[in-house]
Amino acid sequence: MQQYETVVILTPLLSDETAKEVIAKYTKLLKDNGAEIVQEDNWGLKKLAYPIQKKSTGYYHLTEYRAPGDLINKLEVEFRRDERILRFLTIALDKHAIAYNEKKRSGAFNQKKTVKTEEAAS
Amino acid sequence: MANDQIQYVTAPKVEDNRKKYCRFKKNGIKYIDYKDEKFLLKFINDQGKVLPRRLTGTSLKFQRKVAQAVKRARHIGLLPYVTDSLK
Repeated sequence: MQQYETVVILTPLLSDETAKEVIAKYTKLLKDNGAEIVQEDNWGLKKLAYPIQKKSTGYYHLTEYRAPGDLINKLEVEFRRDERILRFLTIALDKHAIAYNEKKRSGAFNQKKTVKTEEAAS
Repeated sequence: MANDQIQYVTAPKVEDNRKKYCRFKKNGIKYIDYKDEKFLLKFINDQGKVLPRRLTGTSLKFQRKVAQAVKRARHIGLLPYVTDSLK
């Protein structure tokens, strides 16, 4: 079981509830296939640095989880089929990344963290 | 011999005392977060290109990681691929 991290960008056209539903659908898919969710982070609506599919904003969501490797393929196929998803990025975390994420979660670098949460809120 | 002025055959080198160093090695940073676009801004120029090691002083090991992080940040729309006025 390797630890992974996935960022998905949803279209801004969805309402908040539908966006949450879409996210819930994928977390359910993960859980049903034997993945263990480590953390979830909702960044909310953010401005994109460049337009993707003619949209200038996107709804960001980050999921960190432990899963068997063949699940990633399944998940990404689902992402590609889903028109509501503009972009996604899955990376495997190495031990430094896991340590970093854990530190970030516990709020070890406070200044950085507050800046980030403010961004997500605004 | 009232020639007080010293003349050089070749121009003397002006020494730059500040030695460049790898900030990751010095501060013990082992992982570069691609989600932290503010931090990555330090390693790209105003066109959004990655700065060379000779300017930032980053060691090769971490330069590769910086480049990887910048590419990931671009993919998820945190940094632009091309632009004219980033800073």
